[in-house]
Amino acid sequence: MNNESLWSIFINASLINNFVLATFLGICPFLGVSGKMETATKMGAAVTFVMVISSACAYGIHALLTAIQAPFLELISFIVVIASTVQLVEMFIKKVSPALFNALGIFLPLITTNCAVLAVALFQTSKGYNLPQSLIYSFGGGAGFTLALVLMAGIREQLEFSEVNGLVKGTALVLFVAGILSLSFMGFAGLGG
Amino acid sequence: MTIIVPIAALGILSLVLAGLIVIANRKLYVYEDPRIDQVEEMLPHANCGACGFPGCRPFAEALVSGKALPGKCSVSNDAGRLAIANFLSVSVGAEEKRVARLACGGGKNVSINKAKYTGMETCQAASLISGGGKGCFWGCLGYGDCKVVCDFDAIRMNEFSLPEVDVDKCTACGDCVEACPKGLFSLHPISHRLWVACKSLEAGDHVLDVCDVGCTACGKCAMDADNNLITMVKNLPVIDYNKNHHTQVPIQRCPTGAIVWLDDQSGVQRGKESKKIIRKGDRHLGYS
Repeated sequence: MNNESLWSIFINASLINNFVLATFLGICPFLGVSGKMETATKMGAAVTFVMVISSACAYGIHALLTAIQAPFLELISFIVVIASTVQLVEMFIKKVSPALFNALGIFLPLITTNCAVLAVALFQTSKGYNLPQSLIYSFGGGAGFTLALVLMAGIREQLEFSEVNGLVKGTALVLFVAGILSLSFMGFAGLGG
Repeated sequence: MTIIVPIAALGILSLVLAGLIVIANRKLYVYEDPRIDQVEEMLPHANCGACGFPGCRPFAEALVSGKALPGKCSVSNDAGRLAIANFLSVSVGAEEKRVARLACGGGKNVSINKAKYTGMETCQAASLISGGGKGCFWGCLGYGDCKVVCDFDAIRMNEFSLPEVDVDKCTACGDCVEACPKGLFSLHPISHRLWVACKSLEAGDHVLDVCDVGCTACGKCAMDADNNLITMVKNLPVIDYNKNHHTQVPIQRCPTGAIVWLDDQSGVQRGKESKKIIRKGDRHLGYS
């Protein structure tokens, strides 16, 4: 059992151990979808949504597997459950809200294989969070992911207007920016434990 | 016994999930226009994006909803476009065919290298080393990055290491435009036959030291152009294609042959003034 307060879990997941900038998970959407502010916010929202849902599922799966004494099946079960949950959520959204489905578009199926989502499920189990703690943890993780994406998108939109040396233009410059962002997020380490 | 538990657990888990998805697929079925699938089947499946849509399926959706006309697809042939138009009872919507044009005439026969480059044989790599070994900083490096990225086999490197576009095969997908590190390719309607085949921003006769067909920015073409058809911008002639550009006068006025006339049958044509300087073999000066 873990006695962390919900507030500290949220700060921890979103800022101090930001999934993208401190633990380096989910780097591919961070580099791939951060070109425009609009898509970055949508992607962030979609990831947060999927993280919270899969966190709840992972909590249930963990309880089940502990009951039948087969915790070594956790990883494979998480993968299967997350993939099918995303599939179900996609169908559900397509039926209920075509507008939201069009807005999220290709991002939903892409999240199926996002490592940050799987990491939430694995970390919350290893830290021994209960259900509310898990949900706050995943929501914090999603919020941190969105924050990182939005920051990156803002910087990249500004960079479009500046003159950049041909040698570092494009992906190289984005990686520089990512490194500097990550460095600055290290400053949050003093906030908590 | 121990192997039974994981097999059973995972088996049940996958069955439950599969069942849920099957049920969801039935219950949450969303009606989609069946014509989208049929139209997609009639498209060439190239997913090249030349139509301006992300791929063939989004294009098919746009066709069915009437937001686009079949003529936008530049990969399909006339019969294919007509079949889709008839199927959807719309007009074909003739778009003028666009092709990739190369703004450089500096093959090995007319241009020199100022340095010997011995790295990776790609333009992208060569251009990173001080712009490549070519005498002209703006010119084609000739390693054929454009030929490699072309999915339609429309670009071939000629005997002077200069890419030639097969206008019949070119679909104006824009891959070569992105691939060229010198930015020499651009997409133009096929009727744009009057063409400035040079990108050198330098002015003066020393341009000719590195390339026989370079533009020296002499301005003869702009000086007597009808109705300001040609203007000089940054030491290069710029043709205003909104004006009457179906004239071969400028290629005769150009003393170096930087302005060319692109003909489907006979290929690149240069003016009489410049013809005498076009060599048949390599230009042996500097490094080769």
